[in-house]
Amino acid sequence: MSVHADVARRRIEELLRTHEERIVRRWAEIASAPSEELKELYRALLAALEEGKNDLADVRGLLAELSRSRARAGFAPSDTARAVFGLKEAVYEIVEADTEGVEAARGFVWFSRLIDDLGLFTFETYAEARERIILDQAEQLLELSTPVVKLWEGIVAVPLVGTLDSARTQVVMEKLLQTLVETGAEHAVIDITGVPAVDTQVAQHLLKTVVAARLMGAECVISGIRPQIAHTIVTLGIEFGDIVTKASLADALAHAFKRAGIEVSGGGNARVVIRAERV
Amino acid sequence: MSGEREVVIAGSADVVGVRQLVRSVAVEIGLSLVDQTKIVTAASELARNALVYGGGGDVRIEIVTNGPRRGLKLIFTDEGPGIPDIEQALTDGWTTGGGMGLGLGGSRRLVDEFDLVSEPGKGTTVTVTKWSR
Repeated sequence: MSVHADVARRRIEELLRTHEERIVRRWAEIASAPSEELKELYRALLAALEEGKNDLADVRGLLAELSRSRARAGFAPSDTARAVFGLKEAVYEIVEADTEGVEAARGFVWFSRLIDDLGLFTFETYAEARERIILDQAEQLLELSTPVVKLWEGIVAVPLVGTLDSARTQVVMEKLLQTLVETGAEHAVIDITGVPAVDTQVAQHLLKTVVAARLMGAECVISGIRPQIAHTIVTLGIEFGDIVTKASLADALAHAFKRAGIEVSGGGNARVVIRAERV
Repeated sequence: MSGEREVVIAGSADVVGVRQLVRSVAVEIGLSLVDQTKIVTAASELARNALVYGGGGDVRIEIVTNGPRRGLKLIFTDEGPGIPDIEQALTDGWTTGGGMGLGLGGSRRLVDEFDLVSEPGKGTTVTVTKWSR
């Protein structure tokens, strides 16, 4: 740091100390924030400057707190940043009135840059908090949206709802395979009634899941193929090969019953017969 | 919706967004359920192509008319490496990205009009139109 800059910086610090009362009052006016909060922040800033090092950890901590509390109070992040920038205006009035040479004006440039950094820091804090919430929600959604339900002894079903991307397919596949191991089920139904569009990526994910289930000795049926989906799949040219597909979950269950040798005799009071011998 | 809309495709969440927007416009111009699903699926394929092979791009969604018929026109543009052999790219089963190789050719079959312009090194533009019946 040059001698000039050093002198200028010291002059600003001096002004900040001598006019503390006035600056904080003016800052609170400009930022329309409670002056106690700002006073605490101002003190921390002064202390950090006094130590001569550029250690602004305390100031940042307070700013993060301020950013959070203001966000909770419904302020936009730009409002919080603007409140911090308000300090520049308050200090500038003092600098302008300072008659002792140009040092104060020179120092103000340095001070202004410091405040800009701090203002932007509140923005970063806000964005980080947001990011964390979004990440948490995405994770929760992954967990929530992939239940594997037991339909019958030895028959499990995965009702898929919404978009099927790589991450979700991974979770679905893992959960299905895990359930197959745990329950010893030999039949699985993947229901895509809730999947709005089946494109090549979704189809590829489905096929992979079915093949993986097969490797574990389970037979998979894909159900919930609506007319428009069937139309689209055919036009796209996707082949499902020997994988059994059904229009509804009920059809798929009936198919699984047949394969498992479970006989359901219908009528008003339905009766389920499980045959002793297996094919 | 009147006029046109432009959506940037920069991540897989945008592919979902494109799909939803295309579906809402398709409903608006009165496409049948089958045609809605077809154009939505084609949009999904082409948006993903722009993202995966073109490194991102954008799509312009327009409502077009031809006498009493209304149609949905989608223009996908990316500034990726381009497609060196378009015939090959449109062949079913051909892929350079580990997919099924049906996206481009399948999209062509899903829509009424399909136009692909690509210049190696400059990028690719795919224009598709689906008309109401």
